[in-house]
Amino acid sequence: MTKETFKRPDGRKLTELRPMIAKAGVVPNADGSAMFAFGNTIAIAAVYGPRLLHPQHMQDPSTAILRCNYDLLSFSVSDRKKPGPNRRAQEISKVTEWALLPVLELKEFPNTVIDVQVYIIQADAGTRTAGINAASMALAHAGVPMRDLVCSVAVGKMDKTLVVDLTKEEEDFEEGEGATDFAVAKVANSDEFTLLQLDGKIEPETVKEITRLATKACKEIYDVQKKALKDLVENGKEDKKK
Amino acid sequence: MSSMDVTNLTKETIRKLFAVGKRFDGRKLTDIRHFEISAGVSNKAEGSARIKIGKTEVIVGVKLSLGEPYPDSKDKGNLTVSGDLLPLASPRFEQGPPGFSAIELPRLVDRAIRESKMIDLGKLVIDKDKVWTVFLDIYPINDDGNLIDAASLAAVVALSEAKVPELDKDGNIDHDAKPKKKLPLTDEVAPISFSFFKLGNSIVMDPTREEEEACDSRITFGISKKGKQYLINSCQKAGQEIFTQEEIDKIMDLLPKKFDEVNEKLKKFL
Amino acid sequence: MRNRINEAHEAFEEEDSSSEATQRSVVVPGEVIVSGEDYLPSDGTRRVQDKIVSTRFGLAEVAGRVVKVLAISGAFIPRRNNVVIGRVKDITFNGWLLDIDSASSGFLPIEESPRFINKNEMDQFLAIGDVVAAKIWGVKPKGIDLTLKGRGLGKLEGGFIFRVIPSRVPRIIGREGSMVSLIKEKTGCNITVGQNGWVWIKGNDLDAEIKARKAVEYIADKVFISGLTEKMEEWFSKN
Repeated sequence: MTKETFKRPDGRKLTELRPMIAKAGVVPNADGSAMFAFGNTIAIAAVYGPRLLHPQHMQDPSTAILRCNYDLLSFSVSDRKKPGPNRRAQEISKVTEWALLPVLELKEFPNTVIDVQVYIIQADAGTRTAGINAASMALAHAGVPMRDLVCSVAVGKMDKTLVVDLTKEEEDFEEGEGATDFAVAKVANSDEFTLLQLDGKIEPETVKEITRLATKACKEIYDVQKKALKDLVENGKEDKKK
Repeated sequence: MSSMDVTNLTKETIRKLFAVGKRFDGRKLTDIRHFEISAGVSNKAEGSARIKIGKTEVIVGVKLSLGEPYPDSKDKGNLTVSGDLLPLASPRFEQGPPGFSAIELPRLVDRAIRESKMIDLGKLVIDKDKVWTVFLDIYPINDDGNLIDAASLAAVVALSEAKVPELDKDGNIDHDAKPKKKLPLTDEVAPISFSFFKLGNSIVMDPTREEEEACDSRITFGISKKGKQYLINSCQKAGQEIFTQEEIDKIMDLLPKKFDEVNEKLKKFL
Repeated sequence: MRNRINEAHEAFEEEDSSSEATQRSVVVPGEVIVSGEDYLPSDGTRRVQDKIVSTRFGLAEVAGRVVKVLAISGAFIPRRNNVVIGRVKDITFNGWLLDIDSASSGFLPIEESPRFINKNEMDQFLAIGDVVAAKIWGVKPKGIDLTLKGRGLGKLEGGFIFRVIPSRVPRIIGREGSMVSLIKEKTGCNITVGQNGWVWIKGNDLDAEIKARKAVEYIADKVFISGLTEKMEEWFSKN
C-alpha cells in the first residue's frame, strides 16, 4: 500500500485531525475549566489556584507548585476501569505536569499550589493529548500567567504511513509494521516540545517528520483553543446585540 | 474558589429566610430547581446520563461485566454502585481516600435502586457460574448542592437507557457487536431519592451548596411507585439535629407529590 | 497604585466612548497583539523579536506605545490598600489569623484593632468564626498584614456574606463607587464589597437584602457589557 492509496477507517486524510470541540468555563466552581474533544475522545479539566498549599512542609518559598491529576472515568472505556488512579494514570499525570510547566510563570505565587484535574469522559485514543489541550485552556481561563498555550496531538504510523490524531482502531492496527503512536505536546507558537512519548517501532528519520507534522497540527489546535476562550467574552457580550 | 465554609452570619440570615418561607433565589422551601437530563454521555458506557440541577452537575455511567454470582444469591446478577467526589467538582473535595460524604453518596443511591428492585437481577444470570454485574458509577462534575438527589435521578435514567452487551461464541463480551437487549428492568418501578434538609424549624428541599452547608440535618428517602401504590424503599437520616413527628408526617405527605412531579419529567426516558 | 483588575472593567465601560489612541481586544496567551519595534511591553505582555505577545487571557490595551493585558479572570491577588472581607480562623498571642480566601493568610495584629484591646479580651472582641472588613497594609511572602482602622472597617454584625468572582469586583463597585452606591440607594442596604470577591449586605428587612444580592449577582454576571449603569436603572425599575 502506498501513501496515496492508504485509507483511514473513518475516511480522514492522513494529516487531518478529528473534528475538535472546545469549550471553556464548564465547571462553575473552578477558577478555570475547559473541555476539549478530538472526535470521540472527550476530556474535561478544572483548575483550582493558586491556593495555599498544605501541608506547609511541601510549600516552595520561591514558586507555586503545579499539581496535575489525570484519570479515566470508569465508564469512559470498553472494559470498565476500576475507580481510582492506577499506574498508567499516575504516569500521565506526571507527564501532563511536565508538558504544562514550561509556559507557566509560577514564581509570582510563592508557597502556593495550582491544582489541575483532568478527567476523560469518553476514550477513543489520544486521551492524554486531549487532556493537555483542556488543561492548557483551563489554566488560561483561571488567569494563571503563561507565556503561551500548550497544544498536544498524537501522530503515528500505520504500517508505513504517517497519520495525525489516531483513533483507538488505528492504534490497534496490526497489518504490516503495525501501529506506532507518538504523543507530542508543544508550546503553541514556539519551537519547544514539552511532551514526547512513543510506543512502537520507528526510524530516526521518521521521528523528524512526525514532529513536523505535530507542529502543523498544533497550529490548528491553538486556533480552536483560542476561539473557545474568546467565546467566553463574546457570549458575555450577548446582551449588547439586542 | 472559596475555602470558607458558610459563616455564622450567613447561616443566621438563611435561617431567618427559611423561617418566613423565603430563599435567595426566590424559590419556595420545597421547590426543586429547574433540571435537565441528557442520556448518552459516554458511548463506551452501556448506559449513561448527565443531569444539571441549577449549577449542580452529575454524570452517571453504567457498565456491565461478567462475574460470578455471590454465594448467597446464586440466582441473581450483581449490582455495585460506587462513586467518587472528584476534586474537579469543588474546592472542598480532595485527592486521596474518600471522606464520609464520598462513601455515603453511592450507598444511598444503591439502597434506593436495590430495594425498589428496579433492576430485574434474576434475569441477569447467564449460567450457574456466570452472571452479569451491573456497575453504576457516579461522578459529580460541579457541586452546587443536593448531589444525592441529582445522582439518583441520573442513575435512574442511565439504567433505563442501558443495554446488555452481546457475547461472542466463547462467552466473552463482544465489544464490537451492537447491543440489542435492554437491561432487564421491573416494569414501572423507578426509584427517586428525595433529601429533606433541616435548619431551625424549617424543612427545605434541593438546597444550593450555600444552603446545604447552613443546614443541620438531612433525611433522604428513596421512593418508587408500583401501579398506584407509592413505596418507600430506603431512608437515612444524617446529621446531629433531630426530626419531630410532625416533621416526619409533613415529609411523608410531601413525598408522593414530589415523586409525581419529578417522575413526569423522567417519563420520556423511562 | 490602582489594582490592574479595576482597569479592565472600566475599560469595558468606556468602550463606546473610547479615544482613538486606545484599542482593546480579548487575547489569549501566546497571541500577538501588535508588531513593531516602537511598542513597549507592559503588564501581561512580553516582547518576542519585534512583536508584543500576551502572557494572559485578558483584555489587551494599546494606549499610544504602551501595550498591556488586563486580567479578566483569576485568583484574587492581594494588594496594599485593598479592602477584603475575612473570617477569623485562629487567635494567637498578638493578633488574629484571618482567612481571606486567597493564597496567603491574613494576619491582624492586636495593635490594628479600631480601639485598644487587652491581650486577654481578644476573643471577646473577635472570636473564631467572626467576620470582618479589613484593609491590607502590607503584602509579604509569609502573609498579608491587615488593619481594622479606617472608615467602613471592623467586625461585621448581622447581614450575610456571599462570594462573586474577584475579577468582577471593580464592576460591582463602579467608577468612583457609583454602581454600589446605586444599589445601596435603591435597596436601603449597607454593602461592603471586598476586593477578594466577598460581599457583605445588611438591610432593614429580608426582601431588601434579597434584592441587593440579586442586583450584585446580576452585575457580576453581565460584566462584559457596556452601558451597565443604564441597564441597572432599568433593572431596578422592573424589580
